[in-house]
Amino acid sequence: MDAIILQILNGLDKGSAYALIALGLTLIFGTLGVVNFAHGALFMIGAFCAVTLNKLLNLSVETVDPTRTDFLGNPLKVKTPYVENWFGPEFGHAIIDWSVPLAILFSIPIMIAIGFIMERGLIKHFYRRPHADQILVTFGLAIVLQELIKHYYGANPIQTPAPDAFRGSFDFGAMLGFDPNTIIYPYWRMIYFAFAAVIIGGVFAFLQFTTFGMVVRAGMADRETVGLLGINIDKRFTIMFGLAAAVAGLAGVMYAPINSPNYHMGMDFLVLSFVVVVVGGMGSLPGAVLAGFLLGILESFASMNEIKSILPGIDQIIIYVAAIIILLTRPRGLMGRKGVMED
Amino acid sequence: MLGLNKKDATLLGVVAVLVIFAPFILNPFPQDSAMAQFNAGYPDLMQRFVIFGIFAIGFNILFGLTGYLSFGHAAFLGVGSYSAVWMFKLLSMNVIPAILLAMVVSGLFALLIGFISLRRTGIYFSILTLAFAEMSFRLAYSVLTPITNGETGLQLTLEDPRILGQTATETGGIPVTSLFGMEMRETATMYFGGWSFQFNNGYYMCGVILLLAFYISIRIFRSPFGMMLRAVKSNQQRMNYTGLNTRPYTLAAFVISGMYAGLAGGLMASMDPLAGAERMQWTASGEVVLMTILGGAGTLIGPVLGAGFIKYFENIFSKINESVLHSWFHALPDGLENALIWIAEHFVGSGWHLTLGLLFMLVVTFLPGGLVEGGQRIGRLFSRKKQADKKTATQSTPAE
Amino acid sequence: MTNKLTRRGLLKTGAVGGAGLALPTIFTSGANAFTNEPTGGTVTLGFNVPQSGPYADEGADELRAYMLAVEHLNGEGDGGMLNTFSSKVLEGNGILGKKVEYVTGDTQTKSDAARASAKSMIEKDGAVMITGGSSSGVAVAVQSLCQEAGVIFMAGLTHSNDTTGKDKKANGFRHFFNAYMSGAALAPVLAKTYGTDRKAYHLTADYTWGWTQEESIMAATEALGWETVQAVKTPLSATDFSSYITPVLQTDADVLILNHYGGNMVNSLTNAVQFGLREKVVNGKNFEIVVPLFSRLMARGAGENVKGILGSTNWHWSLQDEGSQAFVKSFGTKYGFPPSQAAHTCYVQTLLYADAVARAGSFNPCAVGEALEGFEFDGMGNGPTLYRAEDHQCFKDVLVVRGKENPTSEFDLLEVVEVTPVGQVTYAPDHPMFAGGALGSCNPGA
Repeated sequence: MDAIILQILNGLDKGSAYALIALGLTLIFGTLGVVNFAHGALFMIGAFCAVTLNKLLNLSVETVDPTRTDFLGNPLKVKTPYVENWFGPEFGHAIIDWSVPLAILFSIPIMIAIGFIMERGLIKHFYRRPHADQILVTFGLAIVLQELIKHYYGANPIQTPAPDAFRGSFDFGAMLGFDPNTIIYPYWRMIYFAFAAVIIGGVFAFLQFTTFGMVVRAGMADRETVGLLGINIDKRFTIMFGLAAAVAGLAGVMYAPINSPNYHMGMDFLVLSFVVVVVGGMGSLPGAVLAGFLLGILESFASMNEIKSILPGIDQIIIYVAAIIILLTRPRGLMGRKGVMED
Repeated sequence: MLGLNKKDATLLGVVAVLVIFAPFILNPFPQDSAMAQFNAGYPDLMQRFVIFGIFAIGFNILFGLTGYLSFGHAAFLGVGSYSAVWMFKLLSMNVIPAILLAMVVSGLFALLIGFISLRRTGIYFSILTLAFAEMSFRLAYSVLTPITNGETGLQLTLEDPRILGQTATETGGIPVTSLFGMEMRETATMYFGGWSFQFNNGYYMCGVILLLAFYISIRIFRSPFGMMLRAVKSNQQRMNYTGLNTRPYTLAAFVISGMYAGLAGGLMASMDPLAGAERMQWTASGEVVLMTILGGAGTLIGPVLGAGFIKYFENIFSKINESVLHSWFHALPDGLENALIWIAEHFVGSGWHLTLGLLFMLVVTFLPGGLVEGGQRIGRLFSRKKQADKKTATQSTPAE
Repeated sequence: MTNKLTRRGLLKTGAVGGAGLALPTIFTSGANAFTNEPTGGTVTLGFNVPQSGPYADEGADELRAYMLAVEHLNGEGDGGMLNTFSSKVLEGNGILGKKVEYVTGDTQTKSDAARASAKSMIEKDGAVMITGGSSSGVAVAVQSLCQEAGVIFMAGLTHSNDTTGKDKKANGFRHFFNAYMSGAALAPVLAKTYGTDRKAYHLTADYTWGWTQEESIMAATEALGWETVQAVKTPLSATDFSSYITPVLQTDADVLILNHYGGNMVNSLTNAVQFGLREKVVNGKNFEIVVPLFSRLMARGAGENVKGILGSTNWHWSLQDEGSQAFVKSFGTKYGFPPSQAAHTCYVQTLLYADAVARAGSFNPCAVGEALEGFEFDGMGNGPTLYRAEDHQCFKDVLVVRGKENPTSEFDLLEVVEVTPVGQVTYAPDHPMFAGGALGSCNPGA
């Protein structure tokens, strides 16, 4: 029983990441009709916003400590971060410690700006082009972005820890009346889940309850008619692109403490998030979220030893098996709309 | 000639000339010159050009004609390679049975996957093919290791039975692949002044098969069957409403295209008897999509050009390192030399991916029809009178 | 059309052009005694390392080491390990008086790409030796290519038993240690530190290297009294290991062994620490995590999580012997940071190859192979070392290391706990974990 609860938690947690990326991807599919292969790269850039802020805060003055030596036998250079000099060691240390939450604020303007530039500078020219061309150009962009990151940050993963206060894990089981220490779960992963829930809720509320959102939804359903009504839908779509980029970026920022970011993490998530979007159904935001959580939970259950012993290797392919079954039984995924990306 | 109209015959002729003289065309620089780095006329790369050309031609029969974007085509190439290597291990080192088996097995595999995936259209179809291919890759890498040898890749060993051949040569080595005794790896070298040109048996065998594959592809493009496939692309619904079942046509295209991929896989194994699971990864499937779009989807020659373009960058640009850059720029003053090297380093050597990504973006932005369109534009610059007749041999009818 | 393509036709073309024709050269007999026999004043080596993909940083470090080795062979720089190497035939005038030049390529950590890159070095650039790589799949694939082509392959970082086990080749040589040695060196230290009454849970990367690593460490720990509770395979492509870590909590295991490398290792270790495994107490004992193969470069990605974790490594820059010191000094002076174990093994392999050529007096792969087989040397950082003739594997001391509690710099992540003597990690050539393959005979390509 406790094993199952744990795997559900794991699934929700993985599902949060899938759902957030798929949500952004669907916003772009649904509003702009663009297949964005660079979406994984946006997620990766978000994570590297956290890395960058961490590095910026760690910019240091070097002082030579003659009593110690480095690996070549020269006097050791001791580094003290500027922030510790400016704000005193304790407060300075606290700022560095909280770099990931701070990076949320840092990343939002950056991601929105990147989204705007991408849309206005590149994607705009591809609205009327075939999907294949969109794939090629955004894939090219994704490669360029990740190579730039690789050039400046290297290929190895870079650790970006969560604040000290959230590094431990929480005894979930004791609270629910199980034996202590059977169901424990890391704080940060629970925060990630809560954060994802807030973002997803926020996006839905924005689309559902604001006039702006209403127009965008109308545009998703029938772009031409909305345009004929004299509404400048393009401008709103640009803003939606910025929003989608910000969602992907935030998913990346918060993901950085869970797994150390590296330059190809975007590509690792890219294919998976496409599967999630399509299984959810093209053009459906709730579908994307639902599919994200569903596949996350399925993946977690498939990695249980009891299941692996019956079907060896099932954890390697479960997502794809699920995708095939769903697409064969439900022609447009879980909640897809007719006619979106079907030709 | 050969049932082709004049334009197609000319195109086939041009391709044939290019294939025959590739060892000269690809080696334009003398061996000792600094530009020799850009020579691509060595057997392995020439074989790759041709093999990936075949792969892309096959992919184009599906994608270019029917508009069905398969994201799992590498699986057929992988299956073809595995079948060919197993043939070398069990039967003989002759490439003919290996290539035939590769085509048959990948054709059957394509029939199975196509039968299921073609029940859906658009992106749903793409994701179904992707799912099958990723499953094949992941299983081949892990649980299917007894058949595929997993991470290391399936290779020949000194203990293979090889019913119609020898297990090991007299000198204790593993026998090499051959076409009735003609070794695939045998290469003749011709020296001419500062140049050296390499003529490789395997390359010419692949070249002949490429011409054959290209010819068949032209015939398909120009046949009523090809017309039907184009009709599927422009409006499948209308076809269905007229009471016509399009599924058999698309399935046939899918299987043909899968067999082309299997043929390419079989040839790869024949040139170099090893089959690795990465051949089936989604990135490999993506690569053939990129080749086709980059060259010009729906055109006859485009996919071959795209394949050559990507393989050239992968193999030539990745090998330009710092010391090569130094040798190019050493005549310049130190400051300028270092500045140039610093800039160039981003784009060559370990930065070759960046160059490739930038070129993808540039080509697709400025040449919507891919490299073929670039060629046409240049062609038009030189012969103005052809401008009236825009529909050249290489350009297919736009579908939408 | 095909008739025109016969060799005779080509011969004629050549003759008409008035060109000299040597027939055939590469891969088959002809003018040269062996593949790519260097005839001019230079000799070309092929450095085939990952420059893209997850191991690009290790590849970059390997490349730095190769460039340093070339400098030292050509008599530039401070000579590095040439001064401490027990064999003194290399004089800093290149190899056999020929200046050493090199070409580089990108393996992409894919066997196909690695072979394509190696082939271009052999066919286009005339490389007489290929070296490098940062994974066993690539090493095995390139090794068999070199066997067919008739050049020497000096493996880079490859840790699988198979490289010198069932996939060994006469033209291939490995200096790096292997999974068996990791197990044999690590197990006694584990038993000493954590006791002999332990229950281990294995997470293993689901591919060839992972399996040999699991098999080796399992055998070694079980021999010392440990019990294996469960061994679970994880997909290579996995990034989040939470669903593999949580089942550990349900068992009574008190040690988690992570048979992972690279990005897998960083993520699984980070996840394990996140789930509070290190604070756990099971059966009255502290829960422990073990990483059998440590890579310092990769360990940086796991940051604080590596502290106190035991593992093994081929070499570490903090070693105090003369050879290591000389190498660290010349590498550190040139690049500003200490070398990794990948850099070390690549540097040493290059020198060993050059030395073997010099001792053999020929670049012929068969002569070089003979010179390397059974070669005993010292002064290369791992103590007295033997290149065993039976399987072309180096036998030397193995380091057991632990993540350092108080690092003084970003490079100072590991501390050496024990230098396991070579005798303890030596095995018979027909050991079951290595059985099934044969070296075959050396191939000079002629």
